[in-house]
Amino acid sequence: MKLIYEKSQSGRRGIEVPRPQLPVPAVPEALARARPPRLPELAEPEVLRHFTELSTRNFGVDTGFYPLGSCTMKYNPRVNERAAALPGFRDLHPLTEDDAAQGALALEWELQEILREVTGLDAVSLQPAAGSQGEFTGLLLMRAYFDDRGEGDLRRRIVIPDTAHGTNPASVTMAGYELTKVSTDARGNVDVDELRAKVDGQTAGLMLTNPSTLGLFDENIEEIREIFHGAGALMYYDGANLNAVCGISRPGDMGFDIVHINLHKTFSQPHGGGGPGGGPIAVRETLAPYLPVPVVARDGDRFRLDHDRPKSIGKVRGFSGPFGVFVRSYAFMRAWGPGLRQMSEVAVLNANYLLARLRHAYDLPFDRLCMHEFVLSARSLKRDYGITALDVAKRLMDFGFHPPTVYFPLVVPEALMIEPTETEAKETLDAFVDAMLRIAREARDEPETVRSAPHGRPVGRLDEVRAARHPVVRYGFDEHEQQAPAREPRQLEAQKGA
Amino acid sequence: MSYISLTDADREQMLAAIGVASIDELFRDVPPGVHFERELDVPPALAEAELSRHLERLAAKNVLDGVSFLGAGMYDHYVPAVVDAVLQRGEFLTAYTPYQPELSQGVLQAIFEYQTAICELTGMDVSNASGYDGTTVTADACFVAKAETGRDRIVITEATNPQVRQVVKTYARGFGLEIVEVRHDDGITDPELVREAAAGAAAVVFQQPNFFGCLESAPELAAAALEGGALPVAHVDLLSLGVLEAPGNYGCAIAVGEGQAAGNFVSYGGPHYGFLAARESLIRRLPGRIVGETVDAAGERGYVLTLQTREQHIRREKATSNITTNQTLLALAGLVYLSLLGPQGLREIGETCMALAQYAKDALEARGLELLFPDKPTFKEFAVRVGRSGRDAIREARERGVNPGYPLGRDYPGLDDALLVAVTEKRTTDEIDKLAEALAA
Amino acid sequence: MPASESYPEELLYNAEHDWARIEGDEAVLGITWYAADSLGELVHFEPPQVGSTVEQGGSYGEVESVKAVSDLVSPLSGEVLAVNPRVADAPETVNEDPYGEGWLIRIRLTNAAERESLLDVDAYRGVVAES
Repeated sequence: MKLIYEKSQSGRRGIEVPRPQLPVPAVPEALARARPPRLPELAEPEVLRHFTELSTRNFGVDTGFYPLGSCTMKYNPRVNERAAALPGFRDLHPLTEDDAAQGALALEWELQEILREVTGLDAVSLQPAAGSQGEFTGLLLMRAYFDDRGEGDLRRRIVIPDTAHGTNPASVTMAGYELTKVSTDARGNVDVDELRAKVDGQTAGLMLTNPSTLGLFDENIEEIREIFHGAGALMYYDGANLNAVCGISRPGDMGFDIVHINLHKTFSQPHGGGGPGGGPIAVRETLAPYLPVPVVARDGDRFRLDHDRPKSIGKVRGFSGPFGVFVRSYAFMRAWGPGLRQMSEVAVLNANYLLARLRHAYDLPFDRLCMHEFVLSARSLKRDYGITALDVAKRLMDFGFHPPTVYFPLVVPEALMIEPTETEAKETLDAFVDAMLRIAREARDEPETVRSAPHGRPVGRLDEVRAARHPVVRYGFDEHEQQAPAREPRQLEAQKGA
Repeated sequence: MSYISLTDADREQMLAAIGVASIDELFRDVPPGVHFERELDVPPALAEAELSRHLERLAAKNVLDGVSFLGAGMYDHYVPAVVDAVLQRGEFLTAYTPYQPELSQGVLQAIFEYQTAICELTGMDVSNASGYDGTTVTADACFVAKAETGRDRIVITEATNPQVRQVVKTYARGFGLEIVEVRHDDGITDPELVREAAAGAAAVVFQQPNFFGCLESAPELAAAALEGGALPVAHVDLLSLGVLEAPGNYGCAIAVGEGQAAGNFVSYGGPHYGFLAARESLIRRLPGRIVGETVDAAGERGYVLTLQTREQHIRREKATSNITTNQTLLALAGLVYLSLLGPQGLREIGETCMALAQYAKDALEARGLELLFPDKPTFKEFAVRVGRSGRDAIREARERGVNPGYPLGRDYPGLDDALLVAVTEKRTTDEIDKLAEALAA
Repeated sequence: MPASESYPEELLYNAEHDWARIEGDEAVLGITWYAADSLGELVHFEPPQVGSTVEQGGSYGEVESVKAVSDLVSPLSGEVLAVNPRVADAPETVNEDPYGEGWLIRIRLTNAAERESLLDVDAYRGVVAES
């Protein structure tokens, strides 16, 4: 398929711009643009066709099943889109005086209240733009908390398990902390004996998700709480797996002092091909003074943004946060009400159902009931037939499914991390099971079919080595090496398989 | 329960397959001490029709100004309907990050096209796939500069957006950076002051046009930074780059900014997209995803995420950033917008904003109001003294249906009587006349 | 074409899958077949500066494949005399010939006695077997 630049023809225009009959002030010569940027030149219908065609070469939750572990690819309700597009929300400038933004501020307040209840904590900031930013913010809060107590220089270390998502150690570095790792035991819990030896007065805190990236609820969470709080340290909860425990177990009750929530996971903000997201944080009262500014404050039935927060760590993002994301997540929460508990129950039911039906065809590293996700391994397939987790993933595409997460968590070789979410029908789960069982058989009987997958996509497996050795990261116009495909494009295949 | 399919029959079959008697049994690993026993104390569930009504009522409590000259980093530019149409395609809206390229050629190619557009506009060699917003990408650029130069001092102009500076300072605490501000003199920054401050600094960050809407001597600021061995980082407005020179063409190492003006609604502050582009040699230091072009075994051209070893999922604690979720959908909106505008449209939008802003300056001066920086060329914003408290002037003007702009006294001492007035292509001369009337009153 | 599995007799190894060939008071360093195979085709080599010092057990640079990054852990201490330009240009040379053309750096030894703490080929094969 051609790039939009390859469809461009000089002289074409997409939209007109108002041209008032007024003189245009001259830009000083030293500052003026010498040559125009080479943006595409197409008429409006061709622009829409181009992006429509691109969309047909992509898979979304709307297309089919997306069992990506720790991503919570659930249905994105359309009423949320309508809500976010209401002019009263969409066209409101963030620097509008508070008295003109009462609807927006009321929504932020109510969203915060629901997050407080779900997390079991006291104060909320909606500002962080994603889970990673929530993590970074939470760690800065820890620094502020300990600096205020004169312990900042002493407490330099954050403990994270070996199953942690890569963002956790990256956030630790960004916040200027040092990393201490702790192992996972044979039950899939954090190794408590090892933990006890590694936590002391120099520990600032723990970063953990519960259930873990193995999809297992940590049976020793209360003991972990004693260890950290006993040492005067704090506990940070990575909310990536919150979909398993809404209304069933609250991070604040587990002992966590700072929690980030992924609005684009648990609370249905669409992923948009990579973003946007939302990573609000909830904290215990003792940490509230350090929250980013502004904070939403309430006086009776009026709301305002409070910028007068002397102990605040500052700001991690513009304004009060990604408001359009709040609208969608708030709408989702209001659709469920207290039924958020049923949301988690069905998520866990769906995952256990898949686990029960797949556990004998693939290797199962931890023989326990899972939460909202579980991890299988393709280790035996690799050993016996040379078929890897990657091969399984690519072959699943031929059956109309997006693959699960592969090669994560790192503690499981040839890992396949599967999270169905609550919005999948039993028929979809059964079809996925059938595909996975068939692939396991193909690995034995016709491995080449699996190894050469996928077969029906616009492209086959791409040369990622070449892309890294020789990065081509923008269109080079006349000098572009790989010109548009000369031959006729392939027929567009159906998005869904059998 | 609109969003789930589970029937009683489904539940029975599934529980049987699992080998448990009830859903409660699935949670037996949760210790009783942390098992939440009561019902969640949240407002009751709403069916879709009631939910819609509730949200409409909330939205109606927000007061939209009939005519607005409020800018200060977020702008009321026209968003074409085609942008909405593209963003509502479920294959874009509900897609995950394109880690599986065979299923994601749509998103990957779109990001490649976006990266190309950003490079074209900024005169740089490589762009990432977006950051959270204009404030955080500026912090990202500081981190890149620290990694590249080994220095940990950042110089930033006072005439840079106050929220950008505030976010940079917050991030600086984590990155171990020292922040030094260079004051403005009569609305712009003196390159001499920058030259002094730049010695031994990792980067010099300046905004063009700056927060006051004034045009800095950007090439001189960049040169001053380079003399000190610091990387020049320009924080720019995409919609100015049809009339203003690209930062890559006057010596900058990195260009960043807030993309909202190009294709996003203001939406009370987000979500939007931050862009970050740099010269070739910095590619391995860049945070965020980057899409590259390659081929498959049959020689078919295709797109993949590349240089992923920079990112958290591989490099973990040594990653260039922890960023994972970014702002792809909003960057896609920007790409669609820029594709509709084309180079001629981009030039025209810059000229129209400048022409209308000049008209506004003249109209206000004619009413006896004093421009704050009368002899400084500006782009689409300018500062004006209103002869009384800026906040009072805003309140009074809003009663007449006009929001006259941003009260600079919120961020700059001594400017309590000044407003920052933004004029986009959506404004008309009639509206500007109304502004002048409202402020002169 | 990647090389087939081999571990030369005359080399010394560490447990992090790096090798050393001692030549008088200098040594040539690289990574083993096992390391190269685990990473996959190399796409990038981040070398140390010539003239800098490396410590036994310390990292002297990185190699990257598409999916992973690996620290280069120095088996011996010394001063960096040379960096292999061929690997800098074509990192996949390490996969093709990990012990010959795929050498990474040459150092002048500062503590020859350190060689005693390294693994011989049999001991290293044991490490590989357990990995």
